[in-house]
Amino acid sequence: MSRERLRELAVQSGPELLLVALFAASLAFSAWLSPYFLRVTTLFDMTSQFMELGLMALAMTLVIIMGQIDLSVASILALVGVVFGLLSENGVSLALAIPAALALAAVLGMINGWLAVAFRLPALVVTLGTMALYRGIGQILLGDRSAYGFPAWFVSIDFRYIPGTPVPLPLVIFAAFAVGFFLLLHRTTFGRLVYAVGNNAEACRFSGIAVDRLQVAVFTLSGLMSGMAGLMMTSRFASARWDMASGLELDVITTVVLGGTSIFGGRGTITGTVLALFVIGTLRYGMGLANVLPQNQSVVIGLLLILAILGPETGRAWQARRRRAAVRKGGELQASKAEVSAR
Amino acid sequence: MAHDGRTTEGLRTRGLTKSFGGPPVVRDVDIDLRPAEVHAIVGENGAGKSTLLKLLAGVHQPDAGEVIVDGNAVAVTSPTVARSLGISLIFQEPTLFPDLTVAENIFMGRHPVTARLPMVRWRTMLSRAAALMESIGARIDPARPVGELSVAEQQLVEIATALSHRARFVLMDEPTASLTPREVDRLFAIIRDLKARGASVVFVNHRLEEVFAIADRITVMRDGAKVGTWAAGELSRDEVVKRMVGRELGRSPERPHVQPGEVALEVEDLTAPGRFRGVSLSVRRGEIVAMAGLVGAGRTEVARALFGIDSFERGTVKLNGQAVRFRSPREALRAGLAYLPEDRQHQGLIQALTVAQNMTLTILGELSRGGWLDRRREQELARRQVERLQVKTPSVNSAVQNLSGGNQQKVLVGKFLIARPKVLILDEPTRGVDVGAKAEIHRLIVDLAAQGMAVLVISSDLPEVLALADRVIVMRAGQVAGELSRDEATEESIMRLAVGTGPTAGGRKAL
Repeated sequence: MSRERLRELAVQSGPELLLVALFAASLAFSAWLSPYFLRVTTLFDMTSQFMELGLMALAMTLVIIMGQIDLSVASILALVGVVFGLLSENGVSLALAIPAALALAAVLGMINGWLAVAFRLPALVVTLGTMALYRGIGQILLGDRSAYGFPAWFVSIDFRYIPGTPVPLPLVIFAAFAVGFFLLLHRTTFGRLVYAVGNNAEACRFSGIAVDRLQVAVFTLSGLMSGMAGLMMTSRFASARWDMASGLELDVITTVVLGGTSIFGGRGTITGTVLALFVIGTLRYGMGLANVLPQNQSVVIGLLLILAILGPETGRAWQARRRRAAVRKGGELQASKAEVSAR
Repeated sequence: MAHDGRTTEGLRTRGLTKSFGGPPVVRDVDIDLRPAEVHAIVGENGAGKSTLLKLLAGVHQPDAGEVIVDGNAVAVTSPTVARSLGISLIFQEPTLFPDLTVAENIFMGRHPVTARLPMVRWRTMLSRAAALMESIGARIDPARPVGELSVAEQQLVEIATALSHRARFVLMDEPTASLTPREVDRLFAIIRDLKARGASVVFVNHRLEEVFAIADRITVMRDGAKVGTWAAGELSRDEVVKRMVGRELGRSPERPHVQPGEVALEVEDLTAPGRFRGVSLSVRRGEIVAMAGLVGAGRTEVARALFGIDSFERGTVKLNGQAVRFRSPREALRAGLAYLPEDRQHQGLIQALTVAQNMTLTILGELSRGGWLDRRREQELARRQVERLQVKTPSVNSAVQNLSGGNQQKVLVGKFLIARPKVLILDEPTRGVDVGAKAEIHRLIVDLAAQGMAVLVISSDLPEVLALADRVIVMRAGQVAGELSRDEATEESIMRLAVGTGPTAGGRKAL
């Protein structure tokens, strides 16, 4: 019986357990690929490579649970970086430029949400458009050069640590946001609405829920997190370009889906997204250390994604088959009992 | 249907059993279907009727037991195999391809093709389809896309499809659920015709009056098992109900004549071109007003407009004496008007969420403490509703999709009651609900009115209308055709107004 229960548990905790296992495997794999990998400092420093991805994935988790998608996140990141760079180059104090950049990010996200709501368009179409539009505006504004010359205190955020520890600042920022998003999604009425709308927006409307307002709010949040990521990346590279983080939106979506969030909406957790982020981040970093070509890295990530989705599904199917078999046995038993009692 | 005179023993099952992970949904069922008979299967929701049909039609595979056709045990491993055995299942909601034509749907997967190239022979297909439709007396152009047809017409297409497969066993799962009385009559004529051609027609239905109108034999199921099969003449309606529920059924509550209070909802000259015109009605506190009429008469449309889902062009709406015009359900609910939609599945409930999560959706704002969700209070409120409405659920934290139709309907009621409305509009509150739950819901509606709520019930179920209503408003073609007092209302007087024969009583002006 206890083995049975253990198996139940394994299937129930679904993607999370699988992701923990995957994380361990990817650590082992990376350690095997590169002898430099398994050092505490390396392990911590590595995380700074994918904290921008993580910030955007947190908000994307809400977007996807709500049954939507935001393809423009990496473009918002770039445009915000570019505008922020231009402000700084033109002598605007960062005390002003940072809030301005974040406000811009929120507005860009809000535009996504508003367009989708006002014209009843699928977010896929709207953000496909703004994905090109936002990055294009960045290119027009800055041209094919980098904006740089930021004050020393702003740049190289990834080389700042909590004093006396090897914990880099981006990781701390991400952790704080992860906790915040966890509470937002799993402990507030706002989070409940995200799940409800993702499952059945029509029923929510009939229940008197302002579905449109919620959608705009979630897209605004997504924009804001992309802006945060834009500032972080600009600090890390000490410069901003229009083509920064190009293509990163797909990694963001991959992370969220790998984390067990249903692409059809209604299902998903922040924990899953965080675990998936570390799996992907570790693998990419490990393969990078071992000089695996980017396209080969993509093959590994792609396979991983497919496996992660198939895993719980086959687990469920397998369990269902066992149940059926058990019932069949039980049915025969019952039938024979019935025969006996009939006599 | 070509019946080539060979001996047809019909279809039998032995010990058919099926479960979906839980307790068996169909348990050790033996039934036999004889040629040239109409065999009704009745039972409460969750009795296993639909699953039984799906086992026969190869949609599901049985865990145990066998299907015997003409004396030979057969394995019905897929709908295709079922069709080759002459078994066709017609679903509750037609499952056709809406963008394809009638003819294409009928011949799906076996379009007649030209000899050399795999090109569809359109003309042959259309003429064959036309012949089929004609043989069941349906006047439907086979070149029309199915999506343009009414549900009743789509059903006819499904029946024609079954005929084209030379079906000897036609299984129908609640075929009349969304038909108007006239369409039901036409369907019955076709069923009688099928029977005359030697087919055995299996007919799952909740409406006993229809069962008794058409069935030769009646099989009663309860909790997945067969209670028994009787010739229709052997049983009275009450006896069937008793066997279905396995207990004496409390009768629908007798409505005492109540002293209605002040007018809670007053609608005057409500008009939305194309949907309804000049609709006026009023509901007092403590009063139950029923809105009767044929499907498509505009009743739901009026309710939707009142609730702020759709807009209307002109007219006034007063709630407790105050002129209102809701632009969203949110505003309506806040002002004390609730509307329980007819479509439980898509508009009413969120199937994947729990009972508690569904019930508190309408008052989520009240459960928020500075944004944080007060889960203790949520559980408590939901438990109270579950108790009050006697929802049968393992816990308030079970997903709604695991409950039976009747219990889902109770959750839906609870979800809107929790918002403490003053005016409650219920749209087909007992459609697809078993008799036991139906009586409970009726009692609840009566209780609510007794507590001073103004209730407007939209219903196509005439016995329900008669049992509940203090007044009946009958709609026809987007207009109020007339209004009947409790004493004037009979099935006949309501139907007369609904279909438009005889003088328009009530003196409402038709615009």
